[in-house]
Amino acid sequence: MALSRLTSRSNGISRPLSTAFGRFISTDTTPITIETSLPFTAHLCDPPSRSVESSTQELLDFFRTMALMRRMEIAADSLYKAKLIRGFCHLYDGQEAVAIGMEAVITKKDAIITAYRDHCIFLGRGGSLYEVFAELMGRQDGCSKGKGGSMHFYKKDSSFYGGHGIVGAQVPLGCGIAFAQKYVKEEAVTFAMYGDGAANQGQLFEALNISALWDLPSILVCENNHYGMGTAEWRAAKSPSYYKRGDYVPGLKVDGMDAFAVKQACKFAKEHALKNGPIILEMDTYRYHGHSMSDPGSTYRTRDEISGVRQERDPIERIKKLVLSHDLATEKELKDMEKEIRKEVDDAIAKAKDCSMPEPSELFTNVYVKGFGTKSFGADRKEVKAALP
Amino acid sequence: MAARIHGGAGAGAATALSTFNPKKLVAPSRTNLPAARSSKRCIVAAAGSDASKSLRVGHSQKLIANAAVATKAETSATTGTGHELLLFEALQEGLEEEMDRDPHVCVMGEDVGHYGGSYKVTKGLADKFGDLRVLDTPICENAFTGMGIGAAMTGLRPVIEGMNMGFLLLAFNQISNNCGMLHYTSGGQFTIPVVIRGPGGVGRQLGAEHSQRLESYFQSIPGIQMVACSTPYNAKGLMKAAIRSENPVILFEHVLLYNLKEKIPDEEYICNLEEAEMVRPGEHITILTYSRMRYHVMQAAKTLVNKGYDPEVIDIRSLKPFDLYTIGNSVKKTHRVLIVEECMRTGGIGASLTAAINENFHDYLDAPVMCLSSQDVPTPYAGTLEEWTVVQPAQIVTAVEQLCQ
Repeated sequence: MALSRLTSRSNGISRPLSTAFGRFISTDTTPITIETSLPFTAHLCDPPSRSVESSTQELLDFFRTMALMRRMEIAADSLYKAKLIRGFCHLYDGQEAVAIGMEAVITKKDAIITAYRDHCIFLGRGGSLYEVFAELMGRQDGCSKGKGGSMHFYKKDSSFYGGHGIVGAQVPLGCGIAFAQKYVKEEAVTFAMYGDGAANQGQLFEALNISALWDLPSILVCENNHYGMGTAEWRAAKSPSYYKRGDYVPGLKVDGMDAFAVKQACKFAKEHALKNGPIILEMDTYRYHGHSMSDPGSTYRTRDEISGVRQERDPIERIKKLVLSHDLATEKELKDMEKEIRKEVDDAIAKAKDCSMPEPSELFTNVYVKGFGTKSFGADRKEVKAALP
Repeated sequence: MAARIHGGAGAGAATALSTFNPKKLVAPSRTNLPAARSSKRCIVAAAGSDASKSLRVGHSQKLIANAAVATKAETSATTGTGHELLLFEALQEGLEEEMDRDPHVCVMGEDVGHYGGSYKVTKGLADKFGDLRVLDTPICENAFTGMGIGAAMTGLRPVIEGMNMGFLLLAFNQISNNCGMLHYTSGGQFTIPVVIRGPGGVGRQLGAEHSQRLESYFQSIPGIQMVACSTPYNAKGLMKAAIRSENPVILFEHVLLYNLKEKIPDEEYICNLEEAEMVRPGEHITILTYSRMRYHVMQAAKTLVNKGYDPEVIDIRSLKPFDLYTIGNSVKKTHRVLIVEECMRTGGIGASLTAAINENFHDYLDAPVMCLSSQDVPTPYAGTLEEWTVVQPAQIVTAVEQLCQ
């Protein structure tokens, strides 16, 4: 039974990723109830229950997508070391459960905005591997036409608002998106994500005040991976309970390595935000890589710590154990799935490598918009055109 | 952090209206707008080349009689008689018309709603449009500017007010990185049609932190446009154009100009965002200026005309990008340029404009470009000292005499 399901899946692998997992509804929706690993800790609200409704298809989808994300990040690591990706590259491996759990309960109308660790969230919002790698390598088929880079992935049609380099600046933007959702009465929410380092920014408290004042449907998600680049959270924050930082805003602390806990928390948060205004979710998660590719990640933490987390709390291992224990697939089938994923990623990389660099004239496009009412000129009232050598 | 500016603090608030003497403002109470202006009405992208040619009325003799003397504005000659109002009312009219026209336009800022705006620009709007569309924010420039930009990414068109331009320094990150750059870094996916506006400039003894000129700081940000209004006519026109523009526009107003009175047309019109305004055509020297210094220049022009000079005064209005077309035509005619600005000497708008003119029109210059700017000092409180930080008409007269030797 598991095998037949898997063969139907392997037909699906040649489909573009966005259709492959855009929906979690599938032929097999045998419901499964899964207990989260830890109870939720709540601040000023009643925590949701630990029992999460799921289905067999969802379980397999979670595994597949997280494995894909993990593989993508590892491949980006090799590409960076091969100097095909330059500049800054912040990798998300270890934190995949947050992206997956969130996507499971929201629609494309709900907005997500995050900081620079955005590759996997972009993928979750429906981006393709090809767009990711093309953008990382600065090619013209990248999601931002090669002009944004690792830290500037956006997908307007899926309400993914990026992709921001300046720590903390995306949170007021997220409140603005929530404001707009309320203004046009859209019944959607905004997830504004930030890290434990950014949690100490003043603009966050300004944004919280604004959101709570006007009951904006914004959900502030703190991805607490315990390190703000090289500074451990106990050295940077007087109060490391980020979910309580909202004071008058309710908060929930979630095990961010458990995709089902994330799913339950996000579902709870969405219902809360639509009725009562902002809520803070603190995802207790971990990143295996350093802060970025230029940071080895071992000068401020021990290798034992990293491998310890990998052994005990790895999100993909957890799902794998669940899949095996519920007898949805065999070890071999999962290994085959991983092999196919590896091939898919390699194919996307090869295709992206073949893509050309942006045209020189692209340097000057998209600086201004030619909109109704005004024309924008450079000096001498002519459009600035250039042919670079 | 930010001092609340109450009416009557000497910065030209509406409560002082009845006792306000326009002459004290060293400016004519009406500007001399040539009749050709009427052709620009209701045209969105003005046929710049035609208009500026017709503005050069030509003979200096004819001009000296009209020069810099307040005449009855003939702008509204074609249809209705027009209506007279103050600059802040013109801004309000423009804003209200745009909010009526497009439900996506909203206003956010400190005290814009129930209080009516610290300079009364948004007076009455909250009653008309509601609290959500005219939003009173808490004092958090960084966050509410960011909020406006985030809302703009989804399609709203916020008008963000900084109570004083200087406070927007707190939002510099949002304006520079998010507002200016998002259209580019997203590969054209998002547009940010915000208008960021507020009063700046040296007022009446407001102190150093409330007398800042931020044009110089914002001018290098790629992706934004900057305009400075100086008369009720162009204030309303620029406000409307800025709101309709798909690009982020920073509209610089001046604290001392809010009570200027002028008759503006009844029918709808828009000023082109990238165009400069010919204030007084002339033959001998081109004087480039913007915002409040326009009035100092026009007062100096009175003296200059009596001394026999014929200055051509252009209000550049568009600070980014410069309207090098109008400026260039003027330089090619007069061969001498004087820039009078309120920015600091170092790195101000005048510095950039000097470089642009030298680069592009070097062959047409008979004398080096001279730039009169404010002194590189924090604006002192004492009235006499404050007067000396900005350019005064007497200095302008001396500079013209020097250049025209």
